[in-house]
Amino acid sequence: MSEDVESILAVDWDIPWKEYPPKLVLLPSGERMVIREARREEVPKLLQAIRPLLTVEKDFYDIVAARLYGEVLGWYRHRARNEFVLVGIVDGKLAGISNNRAVDQKTHVSLHTIALKRGARAGAHMFAAKQENSMENLGAEEILVTAESPIGFRRLISQWCEPRPGVQHELGGAKTWVITRDIYKKVKPQQVFGSRPVPDDLLKRSATFEIAPLDWVPRK
Amino acid sequence: MTKFGRHDERSLIDLMTESSIRALEHAGATEKSVDAVYAASMLAGELNNQTAIASALVDQLALFPAAAERLENGPAAGASAIKNAYCGIACGMYDTVLVTGGEKMRHVRAETITDYVATMTNMEEEYVHGITLPSLAGMLARIYMERYGVTREDLSRVAVKNHLNGSKNPYAHIQQPISLEGIYGSPEAEVNNPVIAEPLRMYDCCPVTDGAASVLLCASEKAKEYTDTPISIAGIGHATDIMAVQDRKDPAVLEALRISAVQAFKMAKMTPQDMNLAELHDAFTILEIVESEDAGFFKKGTGHVALRDGVTSLGGKLPINMSGGLKARGHPVGATGVSQVVELVWQLRGEADKRQVKGARRAFSCNMGGFGNNVVSLVLERS
Repeated sequence: MSEDVESILAVDWDIPWKEYPPKLVLLPSGERMVIREARREEVPKLLQAIRPLLTVEKDFYDIVAARLYGEVLGWYRHRARNEFVLVGIVDGKLAGISNNRAVDQKTHVSLHTIALKRGARAGAHMFAAKQENSMENLGAEEILVTAESPIGFRRLISQWCEPRPGVQHELGGAKTWVITRDIYKKVKPQQVFGSRPVPDDLLKRSATFEIAPLDWVPRK
Repeated sequence: MTKFGRHDERSLIDLMTESSIRALEHAGATEKSVDAVYAASMLAGELNNQTAIASALVDQLALFPAAAERLENGPAAGASAIKNAYCGIACGMYDTVLVTGGEKMRHVRAETITDYVATMTNMEEEYVHGITLPSLAGMLARIYMERYGVTREDLSRVAVKNHLNGSKNPYAHIQQPISLEGIYGSPEAEVNNPVIAEPLRMYDCCPVTDGAASVLLCASEKAKEYTDTPISIAGIGHATDIMAVQDRKDPAVLEALRISAVQAFKMAKMTPQDMNLAELHDAFTILEIVESEDAGFFKKGTGHVALRDGVTSLGGKLPINMSGGLKARGHPVGATGVSQVVELVWQLRGEADKRQVKGARRAFSCNMGGFGNNVVSLVLERS
């Protein structure tokens, strides 16, 4: 029997997909962060950026990094269905990563958000951008959300979501919250920001990214 | 002093020992005896399971048989310890006193810290009703907005100024400059600068910080044994006011600061106009504006005008909080008052590098315990 096993195992998008239109957000420092969709070929670099965080217990970076690593790798190796990954880039350096997955056209799952540039509200903008992508760009009706870190819960979940008991989030069956379309409409004016189109020079500068040293990560 | 920030791997006594050793080394005093050690900390026992912190510090430093005691005056513990050290020397009991303030708070949840700090308020009239320090500051800001036209932009300017100063201070907790547009006025400011206690937002509030700071005080006649550039404590003032803010004659006036500042200037035989710079207790941005007035630098209701005119920035006539203030340098509660003096000593000695106030010879600090009801003011002078 000669069959292409890879064609059996590989998955990609089986619902309509549109690229997230890049946008520009202003950070507290006055720096501007470009948020755009990641390209598959950038994944090895993303994994390189995530790797140092796998053993950082502070603020639950280790579990977020470990799970994000698997998700991004799964997307890269065509073993994750309907996943998108967004990157935030400040002055050519990777500042944040966030990702969601569509279960189907109607229901998306919020996976992870990680800020590499700390103390800059990068995480809040990355979280908002991926929910914007799911709701407005890809047409989701609801997004199932969970939280691993207390900071993530306090700063994000509690601002955005309502509980959805009885539903198992695919991240280990953790407690589930939900962003419905109605909730998104109410929250959007206070949480979703950015300007489009991104000026050409910034877009060009953000076409690739470097990985800045994580000076806040404790050295072992 | 230690770098202020988050010190997960270190204990409170580690931090206080480090800053003490640095101070003793800086003064060339590591082989000399110290007569007393005053330790300033508000929450050493509650958050770090270390009561008797002064004894622990003497033990770590092997400074036996120095007298040792802990002073607790809320966030004014540091300046209170310096005041008492001064008194111990002035009365002839001691020749040298090491004062070390320290706090380790970042390992505790923010809600727990807010609650502990709120216990500084009046138990029956304020605390039981859910008052917190941010909420008191929010109400003070609201009064100032209505009465004197202070705006949210003014409050944001304090934060921008102090973050810029903090970016030049290698010991500051936060060394990241911020922009006015990033925290106020832009649409993104809603996310970048969320509400904490209306009208105060995140960048109007100081961070929770770990850290320690130390100074070595000695009798004037012995100063040259330790340094070629002695800095004198020229004036001290300490005053209190009604604890519950709503019971005060005017909740927008920090009467304890007014009185303590007058006392300090009188003792120093100086006036506010003689000062080259000041370190004020900006736990919240509104407090820098109010304190700049009630300490006597500007007329009541005009502190924000001076801020807008650049008077309180580096290069202005009265630079305030060149260290970054509590806002950016950080606020490890018991260490704050001591760290203010450390900064002023560096400034008066010309050692403040990129944030140096040119020609600084006289400086003022105020360290507040409670919400303005217990204030210690100091005037320092380069001899």
